[in-house]
Amino acid sequence: MSESEEVTELEKLPLDGWHRTRGARMVPFAGYEMPIQYEGILAEHEWTRNHAGLFDVSHMGQLIVEGDGAADALEALLPGDISALKPGKVRYSLLLDENGGILDDLMVTNVTEEGGTPRYYLVVNGATKWDDIAHLREHLPDEITLAHLDERALLALQGPEAAGALERTMRGLTEDFGFMEAKTWQFGELDLMVSRSGYTGEDGFEISVAADQAEQLAGRLCAELEVKPIGLGARDSLRLEAGLPLYGHDLSPETDPVSAGLAFAISKKRREEGGFPGAERILKLLADGAPTRRVGLALEGRAAAREGAKVFSGDSEVGTVTSGGFSPTLGHPIAMAYVDAAQAAKGTELELEVRGKRLPARVVPMPFVPHRYFRKGASK
Amino acid sequence: MTRYFTEDHEWIEVDGQTATVGITDYAQSQLGDIVFVEVPAEGTSVAKGNEAAVVESVKAASDVYSPVTGVVIEGNPALEDDPALVNSAPEGDGWFFKLTITQPNELDALMDAEKYKAFCDSL
Repeated sequence: MSESEEVTELEKLPLDGWHRTRGARMVPFAGYEMPIQYEGILAEHEWTRNHAGLFDVSHMGQLIVEGDGAADALEALLPGDISALKPGKVRYSLLLDENGGILDDLMVTNVTEEGGTPRYYLVVNGATKWDDIAHLREHLPDEITLAHLDERALLALQGPEAAGALERTMRGLTEDFGFMEAKTWQFGELDLMVSRSGYTGEDGFEISVAADQAEQLAGRLCAELEVKPIGLGARDSLRLEAGLPLYGHDLSPETDPVSAGLAFAISKKRREEGGFPGAERILKLLADGAPTRRVGLALEGRAAAREGAKVFSGDSEVGTVTSGGFSPTLGHPIAMAYVDAAQAAKGTELELEVRGKRLPARVVPMPFVPHRYFRKGASK
Repeated sequence: MTRYFTEDHEWIEVDGQTATVGITDYAQSQLGDIVFVEVPAEGTSVAKGNEAAVVESVKAASDVYSPVTGVVIEGNPALEDDPALVNSAPEGDGWFFKLTITQPNELDALMDAEKYKAFCDSL
């Protein structure tokens, strides 16, 4: 036997040893060895929906874009109204190519200090972060600096009991803290950047911490009885139920914000003024409607349709599944697909081709499982 | 009765001309939570090494291959309502299908329990 020399170099997460100690099964993902599950995807999924789960998402890219004119510089690359984003506010946005194709989806937070230089904190997908950094370096003006916070880990605490557990650990943190808001927090020696956001459809927080302090924070949070570590497997089934697209599967340079159902990320001002990549094409799609649409599908039976399954209406092929799997909360399979606009209406009966058979499916609204984000001032 | 194993992590328990097929404990632990199983219908002809059943975890669908050539007598009806039996009792109540063996000499190439254990340990 000869050893293959062509083994892809996988990076280790700051919490690699911590995951293994807790019984995680590690798999390659986005260039890292990542925990796919600890006790099992179903149990972890249900735990997060009912209690609180701690996810290690340190593979994601944490970037700082800083300088006078940073908002305008970002607006040249994203369709969001960044100049209207106040300090401490988070917004979902999209990195677009010149054609309006989606290069990545990301979260942008205004982290400008009072009286300080404009500064924005971006969290981008792990698998695309190097391309994103190259794209930003190429297109940001020279006076805008781009820093990659590669010495920081990112943990997500998600679930209906996340706020209670976090408040018990860091008293006062959750006060006056709504969904899509962010703040810095000093927890002992730990300098944290916390946002109330996530990728599960539940209330939750994403916490940026120095890589060499990540183990302290993860250990402390998991000491709370509501909190268990949760793997990537449940992260995927949770986000699918929440109707949230996954870059590289539901989003790609071949998709655009309108077809993808992400037109909400194109701010009103930007619709009026344009000036973002692919604006001409995207504004036309907004006005005329996109020829294909990302839709949610509920399947009958228990067999799932996975990415790549063809969608049929009678004998006509009308689309392709981009994500699919079993929904633990609903007890049946669900999927996201791009289908012809004529087949995208709620209630449309379609068929999905799986292993040569046709599985009946119906277009349903997303999210499949209602979001339970925490809105300030809203009654519970 | 003798039980044999394949490198694809199926087991086959032979009783004369008939046999029962399932996936091993190692296989179920690798797959994780099983949410759907498709077993072959009675009368289906299956060939050694060819797809005979499908098992789906939350993450992915996997093929289950028939360890030998034969004709299916019965698919396990219990798996339709309770696919998690494959996790809880992979080498017992979570069996996939029973078949009549038509090429008994194919069994010679399969592993016994001891060899299979060594095979798994080497993975």
